[in-house]
Amino acid sequence: MDSCEQTAAPSTRRTWAASKSEARSGLLFVAPYLIVFAVLLIYPLFSGIWLSLHKADLFGGSQFIGAQNYARLFRDPVFLTAVSNTLYFVLLTVPPLTLIGLGLALALNNRSRWSALLRGLFFSSSVLSVTIVTLIWRMVLIPDGGLIANLLTSIGRSPVAFLSDAHLALPAIAFTTIWWCIGLPMMLFLAALQQVPRDLYEAARLDNAGRWRMLASITLPSIRHTALVVVVIELILQFQLFGQAQIMTLGGPNNASLPMVLFIYQVGFQRWDIGYAAAASEILFGMILIAAMTQYFAARGRESR
Amino acid sequence: MTLRAPSAGAGAGRNWALLALLALASLAMAAPLLWTLLLSLKSNGDLLRSTRSAFSPPYTLQNYSDILGHSAVFGWLLNSTIVSLAVTLGVLALSSLAGYGFARLRFPGRAVLFIVLLFGLAIPEQSVIIARHQMFSALNLHNTYRGLILPGLAAPFGVFLMTQYFRATPRELEEAATLDGASRFKIFWRILLPLSLPAQATLGIFTFLSTWNDYWWPLISATDSDMYTLTVGVASSQMNFAQTNGLGYLMAQAVFASAPILIVYVIFQRYIVAGVSRAAT
Repeated sequence: MDSCEQTAAPSTRRTWAASKSEARSGLLFVAPYLIVFAVLLIYPLFSGIWLSLHKADLFGGSQFIGAQNYARLFRDPVFLTAVSNTLYFVLLTVPPLTLIGLGLALALNNRSRWSALLRGLFFSSSVLSVTIVTLIWRMVLIPDGGLIANLLTSIGRSPVAFLSDAHLALPAIAFTTIWWCIGLPMMLFLAALQQVPRDLYEAARLDNAGRWRMLASITLPSIRHTALVVVVIELILQFQLFGQAQIMTLGGPNNASLPMVLFIYQVGFQRWDIGYAAAASEILFGMILIAAMTQYFAARGRESR
Repeated sequence: MTLRAPSAGAGAGRNWALLALLALASLAMAAPLLWTLLLSLKSNGDLLRSTRSAFSPPYTLQNYSDILGHSAVFGWLLNSTIVSLAVTLGVLALSSLAGYGFARLRFPGRAVLFIVLLFGLAIPEQSVIIARHQMFSALNLHNTYRGLILPGLAAPFGVFLMTQYFRATPRELEEAATLDGASRFKIFWRILLPLSLPAQATLGIFTFLSTWNDYWWPLISATDSDMYTLTVGVASSQMNFAQTNGLGYLMAQAVFASAPILIVYVIFQRYIVAGVSRAAT
């Protein structure tokens, strides 16, 4: 406490005592959280890495095998499928979430009551849990009496079995995910649009700039930072696809919609090959870090140029 | 009431193509929700003949009264409420204390510890979940409330948020109190905590929402159906999709299970928007 030290300045001994008591109470204030943090986050992080170097099973048997789990992963066709599915899913979701989120924010950034209502609608799905979202979407997607099947038959087409078709399962899950997650990107962009100084538009209007011109030279440059935040957040989130695939398809058909986290879940909590699952989770962690950091530094580099 | 054109062109004429696109997106957004609601209002017998019957009367509240009559949903609801409230209160307490410590008090190692916390923000759940599951097995914490609550307390986001908030709070009030000889805890409790209510509300609502909707940890920790949270319970009842209880009942369960969180959302909408805005800028 700066003022406290200033008033105590005449006596150095008192200053020393004061800062010692400050240090003690500082540690007391942060200690409860730091203990939880160390025990429940840092310890499992390192013990997970340690586990990934072991052949470990449910019965507590554990044997150090070095990097063998990792070597085995790179030869495991199911894991490699899961990696490519995950990357494909990220590609199917992150760009649409960013672009649709931006589009919605631009369209709904005004004070009309319709816009307020639609903002509420587009964000409402985000507060639902994954199990409710999948319940809703299975009843939209199933070929036997689903909403889309009903629409297709009413125009004389035959229903499509989205979730049991190897080419459509992952895109269907991606569509469900976009429906579920679109609220956050929209809100982030809306918040950013509120920060763009109004007088920039006034000035542009005096110069007779058209609306596309204003969008391209005022709006988009001012929200670049938010676009980066949205992409990084969504990358991190969508790499972790789990519930939708676990509930809607169980990763099927024939692993066509098996993402990495579901692979980790199946290996770790159904086959109890814990060391192997830990190794897979470390690879996913690495991939997320690399993707987020590449994105971050690429955007930073572009900005500074 | 008319929609005005996108902000970039405020004042410019309407663009029908864009409006049509917006209408289409709104329809795609609303249709699954309405479909679920309609299905939940139909008798299971009608739906068994054809789900198309959902588009026309007769509608009934039978599925909802079945849920109220006898259902595990209430147990799951109670579990979710207990766990979410406990995590929320725990996170608020730990984050406020630590946030004050990091923002206002100087102690050895403060800078390093704060950087470690920032690093903690980047740790995704699946890289700790296996080891954490092992640890909780060893401590016999699975299928207990403690087992469901404790992992939620570890996320550093709250500490980060509260530290930023306290740093931005002016020091004058505390300085006056310090001169009056108030203890540090008293200053924290009487002066800074009340000032931080808006941040507490935002942190609280986000913690509550994410705990309520958490799926993976309760799925592997609460394997006993008595300890299911709402998310896991709803998942378990759709595993035997539409076979045991009937489609209408299942959809009524979806509506019923989303009601509490939608109510929370409507009440606290303001804080959610404020929180998102802070994250964006």
